[in-house]
Amino acid sequence: MSYHVNEKGYYGTFGGAYIPEMLYPNVEELRQKYLEIMYEDSFQKEFKQLLKDYVGRPSPLFYAKRLSERYNTKIYLKREDLNHTGAHKVNNTIGQILMAKRLGKTRIIAETGAGQHGVATATVCALMGMECIVYMGEIDIARQAPNVARMKMLGAEVRAALSGSRTLKDATNEAIRDWISNPVNTHYIIGSVVGPHPYPDMVARFQAVISEEMEWQLQEKEGRSYPDHVIACVGGGSNAAGAFYQYLDDERVNLIAVEAAGKGIHSGESAATSALGEDGIIHGSRTLLMQTKDGQITEPYSISAGLDYPGVGPMHAHLYASKRAEFISITDDEAMTAGLELSQLEGIIPAIETSHALAVFEQRKFKENEIVILNLSGRGDKDLNTYIDYFKL
Amino acid sequence: MNRINQKLQEDKKLLSIYFTAGYPSLDDTVGVIQELEKNGVDMIEIGLPFSDPLADGPTIQASSTKALENGMTSEILFTQIENIRETVSIPLIIMGYLNPMMQYGIEAFCAKCKEVGIDGLIIPDMPVDVYHDEYQAIFEKYGLINVFLITPQTSEERIKFIDSISNGFIYMVSSAGTTGAKNSFGNAQADYFDRISTMNLKNPQIVGFGISNRETFNQATDKAKGAIIGSAFIKHLTKNGTKTIADFVSNIR
Repeated sequence: MSYHVNEKGYYGTFGGAYIPEMLYPNVEELRQKYLEIMYEDSFQKEFKQLLKDYVGRPSPLFYAKRLSERYNTKIYLKREDLNHTGAHKVNNTIGQILMAKRLGKTRIIAETGAGQHGVATATVCALMGMECIVYMGEIDIARQAPNVARMKMLGAEVRAALSGSRTLKDATNEAIRDWISNPVNTHYIIGSVVGPHPYPDMVARFQAVISEEMEWQLQEKEGRSYPDHVIACVGGGSNAAGAFYQYLDDERVNLIAVEAAGKGIHSGESAATSALGEDGIIHGSRTLLMQTKDGQITEPYSISAGLDYPGVGPMHAHLYASKRAEFISITDDEAMTAGLELSQLEGIIPAIETSHALAVFEQRKFKENEIVILNLSGRGDKDLNTYIDYFKL
Repeated sequence: MNRINQKLQEDKKLLSIYFTAGYPSLDDTVGVIQELEKNGVDMIEIGLPFSDPLADGPTIQASSTKALENGMTSEILFTQIENIRETVSIPLIIMGYLNPMMQYGIEAFCAKCKEVGIDGLIIPDMPVDVYHDEYQAIFEKYGLINVFLITPQTSEERIKFIDSISNGFIYMVSSAGTTGAKNSFGNAQADYFDRISTMNLKNPQIVGFGISNRETFNQATDKAKGAIIGSAFIKHLTKNGTKTIADFVSNIR
C-alpha cells in the first residue's frame, strides 16, 4: 500500500477536489502544472537557495539530552522553530510564492487562524513584491492582535471574515470566495495539507524538506537514516505531513500524529478530528471532519489556535483509517505542562501546538534504545500571553 | 416525463426563484413555495442550508445561517414538503451542498426526493467526474435531474462534456463570483451569453447569479431559456417577510 496521493488526487478514499465549477479552471491549471513546475531545475535551485539563505535551513536536529533522560529514551528535536517567522509554515509559503510567480499570478490570498500562516504569507509577498490579502476570522483578529500587526507591517491587507463562526474555517471560506471572484490573476496560498487536490500533495511536498533533512542528519548522528518513531502535532497537518513524508512507505518507522483534545475528547470542546470526525467534505476535500449528524460543520476548540480546525488533511485521514499512523489526543492541560517542561529542561519555549506533541512522552512509553524524532514545529513567542495567563507567571 | 423537462418545452422564458428552506422562519418553507407558484413563477430551487456555503455570497450565507439557527435539517425539510405535490405542480429542485446529502446518504436522499416529488438537484460542490463515476446511476434510478454549472471560464470542451451528461438544463453562472444581486450586466456577460447560445447545446441554459430585476432578467433571457433569482428574493423576504411575494414577482416580469 502506498500512503502517497494517487493520480486521481486521493489518499485511499480521501482527498479529491470537491469544488464549485467556478474554481475548476484554477485548480485544474494547478493540477496540470504543479509537479512539472516544482521539479524544474530553476525552481528547485531558487527554492533551495531561499530555504537556505532566507529561512535559515537546514534546521538543526538537536539531541535533547535532559528530555531523553527524563523519559528514558533517545529524543531528537527537529528545530523548525528556528526558521524565519518562527515555524515550519514558511517552507510552504516560499514554495507556493515561487509557484504563483511561474503561473503568472500577481495577487496572493491566504487564510489564517492564529496568524502564523498569514505572517509567513505576508513575509514572502513582501520578499517578492506581490499584493497580499489575508483573510482572518473576526474573532481571531481580536485575540491575535500581534500577528495582525505583523502582517500589516509586512504590507499585507488583513480582511475580517464575518460569516459563520468567524474563525479559521470561515476565513478559509472567504479566501475561497475571493478566488472564485478573481479567477485569473490570483493564487491562493493554502496554509496546510487541506483543500482540493493538488493542494494537500503540493503542500506536503514543500514541507517534505523537514524529513529529507532528518534522513541525512540522523545518518550523521546515528549511522542510520530512519528513527523508530516520528511525532508531530496535527491541526490541518502540514508539519506532520512534512515530518512523515520520507517515511510514509517505510514501515520500520512508527508515525505518531497528535491532535488537540481541548478540554477532553467528550467535553464538547475539542479538536480531536480523528476521534470525533466523520467522513465528509470540507474546503473542497473529502476527509474526516467534525460535524453534526445533519452534516453541518461544527466549531472545534483547542487552547492552541493552530490546532483549532474541524477537519484534517486527507493524507492524515488515510493514515488514520489505514492504521498506518498512531493517533493520540492531548488535552489543553497536558500540553501546557509539557510546554513548560521543555522550556525548563532544554531552554526551548515551544509553540502550544508543538506542546501537544511533547505531551505524548507522558502518555506513551518508548524503549530506552529507541530513537524518537519530535518535530518542533514552532516557537512559543506568539503564545507567551497564553502561557502567562495559564501559569499565572 | 420529469416536470423539469416538461416545463423546458413550454414556449416562454422561464423565471426560477431560489429561496432558503426554513427562512425567514422555520415553517415558512411550504408557504413560500405555494405563494411563488400562485404568482406565476415557473420553477423553484429550494435551498438546503449548509454551514459553509462556498459558492454563496453574503445574502444567501446569512439566510443559511439563520435557517440553521431556526433548526432546519434535511429531515425537517423532507417532513415539511412531504405533501407538497397535493398543492404545487411546478418543478421543484433542491439546491444544496454535498456534505449534508452525504451524511443523509446519497441514495436515501435521492429516494426521499422522489417520494416527496422533487424533480432535480443542484449540488455546486459535487465534481462532474464523481457524479459520472459514482452517483449518476442512483440519480437516474430515482428519476432525478442533476443540474451542472458552467461559468465564463469553463472551456468549450468541458461545456460539451457537461452537456453530454446533463438531461435537463445547464445552469449558466453569469460571471466570476459568488451568488449575489447585480443591477445590470456588461459587455462581457453579453459576449458570454452569445458564445454559449451559438454552441447549440442539447440542453437549454438557464442563467443564474446576479439576476435581480426586470433589466437583468431580460438581459439574461435574451439568448437563454430562463433565469434564476436568489439573493434579490432573499433580500425581499428579509425586508418584507412572506406577505408581499406577489409584488416581487410582478416587478420581474
